[in-house]
Amino acid sequence: MANITFVEHDGTEHTVDIEEGKSLMQVAMDNGVPGIDADCGGECACGTCHVIVDDRWIKATGAVSEEEQQMLDMTPEKEVTSRLSCSVNLSSEMDGMVVRLPEFQM
Amino acid sequence: MARRIKSPTPIYSVKDMLNEQSINKILVPVVNKSSAVVPFHLQIKGMHIFQKAKNKILPMLAEKPQFVETDIPEAHQVALEDIDVSNPFMFRQNKWHSYFKRLRDECPVHFQPNSPFGPFWSVTRFEDIVFVDKHHDLFSAEPAIVIGRTPDGLPGETFIAMDPPKHDVQRQAVQGVVAPKNLKEMETLIRQHVCDILDGLPTGQTIDWVERVSMELTARMLATIFDFPFEDRHKLIEWSDKATNSPEMAGGTGTVDEVFNAALEAAKAFAVLWHEKAARKKAGEELGFDLISLLLSNKDTEDMIKRSMEFIGNLSLLIVGGNDTTRNSITGGVLALNEFPEEFTKLKANPKLIPNMVSEIIRWQTPLAYMRRIAKQDVELNGQTIKKGDKVVMWYVSGNRDERKIEQPDAFIIDRKNARNHLSFGFGIHRCMGNRLAEMQLRVLWEELLVRFDGIDVVGEPEYVQSNFVKGYAKMMVTLTAKDSSQ
Ligand code: HEM
Ligand code: FES
Repeated sequence: MANITFVEHDGTEHTVDIEEGKSLMQVAMDNGVPGIDADCGGECACGTCHVIVDDRWIKATGAVSEEEQQMLDMTPEKEVTSRLSCSVNLSSEMDGMVVRLPEFQM
Repeated sequence: MARRIKSPTPIYSVKDMLNEQSINKILVPVVNKSSAVVPFHLQIKGMHIFQKAKNKILPMLAEKPQFVETDIPEAHQVALEDIDVSNPFMFRQNKWHSYFKRLRDECPVHFQPNSPFGPFWSVTRFEDIVFVDKHHDLFSAEPAIVIGRTPDGLPGETFIAMDPPKHDVQRQAVQGVVAPKNLKEMETLIRQHVCDILDGLPTGQTIDWVERVSMELTARMLATIFDFPFEDRHKLIEWSDKATNSPEMAGGTGTVDEVFNAALEAAKAFAVLWHEKAARKKAGEELGFDLISLLLSNKDTEDMIKRSMEFIGNLSLLIVGGNDTTRNSITGGVLALNEFPEEFTKLKANPKLIPNMVSEIIRWQTPLAYMRRIAKQDVELNGQTIKKGDKVVMWYVSGNRDERKIEQPDAFIIDRKNARNHLSFGFGIHRCMGNRLAEMQLRVLWEELLVRFDGIDVVGEPEYVQSNFVKGYAKMMVTLTAKDSSQ
């Protein structure tokens, strides 16, 4: 089964199965991965589902919309490969992907 | 109900607005330019005199709505088209539940053409509110986020009432002060203040919770983030209260003179603070993590003092933003636990629920009832056509009780699932910048309360603030019971 790994800020890893069609945020929540708040429930309107995608996988996560960019810009923890996980739709091509969680969600 | 509020209608004619706008257009850049040479408290004085003069020339502008409290009828007794939820006594008379429920069920996007604040749309369902809040391309936050208007000529450009790209630049300049990293350092300080305040409270005797705890803690928190002289901390609260209390903004009880005098005093005090810190920086001293130090250490903002409108605007936004909101959540939490005593039992048995309860308190209280927008183009929303230029009010207080989104929305449930999914902090680019600070403060407060007290019993009815914007308390008497230390 295709899977992805979330790495908490303290290094703890959580590997979860990919469910195609769901968002990265959704599988994290469904599997109880700590460190994602998702206050707006996936509307790209709160910025609290921030993750940092491993360089090698950033292409696979697709384009960042202007809306997402604007929300990301409000996060002081933003890095070059930052994404809002509710805006990343999972596909089997992401098998093996690694994403880091920031120390804080804003 | 609308008719029961005495108000000169229309408050302003289009002609006055045009004149006023053109006058302000000329004035504002002049003030900003002159700020390099004229100390800005003198500019505020100038604005005040100017505003008084303008009111003499355009007497319509000087007319303010006056609010005399009368009994609000039950929601079902009023014709749908007459419903006016801008009534500043809605919260005090506890009528808001039934009015908003009726709007959510029967007319979720509702137009009120004749309120004392002019015509406005009410958006009352959770999903529709998220839509409006997210779409800053369709709905502008300029020039103000209250239903009414800010006093004419009042200085201050605040990014809560700005659209991109200006909003984004200004917010990024200051958001570091309440960023989680900074908060980690601040938590220790806040905890010391909390302990100090709580240790000074008497048990077995009736005290005003608002004054002794809610206001005191908020004042200390604000003094901490501004590194403001501790002994003058109550000034911050006083300025903030005055700044939001003028009747034409949200139906409060203050006067325009009070607003200006508060702005004047605040501007003077902060200019002094700025220059002190700037001198320390010049002398090579290391700066702290307070707001002014932060502004001074950033290339884009190190000379903000020269842009007076921006300076006073950003400072007042943080003072006002952090004041009523946290204060009323501190009071609201105690009230909620009194109305739902089984939740207090649950909490004492399991203090791990505190973080979840904090979100539930903020939802249940909804300290700011709404944010206002102006439609930038015609927009269809839930079957209604909002016209370009119309005022649109997003009633968070209603969306947070929307049974379509939230189960048992009127109940206070400290272990509610998805308690974080509430509207109280707004959504989109204006989402509350101080949300983590507010949550941290409430969490620390409840951690320390549980260690000390077994009971916090509300005595009598709290006194509510007169406003359609701030959902809050002027006074709430409580009696504390100490925890049995042998347990
Ligand atoms: C429980 C406490 C609080 C509540 C309920 C609250 C609520 C809100 C709301 C509803 C907004 C507008 C959101 C929108 O338009 O979508 C907002 C914005 C803001 N708040 Fe708070 N607030 C709280 C505490 C604080 C604190 C403690 C501070 C800072 C010290 C703060 C600073 C701000 C600022 C600067 C903005 C403007 C953000 C922007 O326009 O980008 N707030 N707040
Ligand atoms: S869940 Fe709110 S932005 Fe992703």
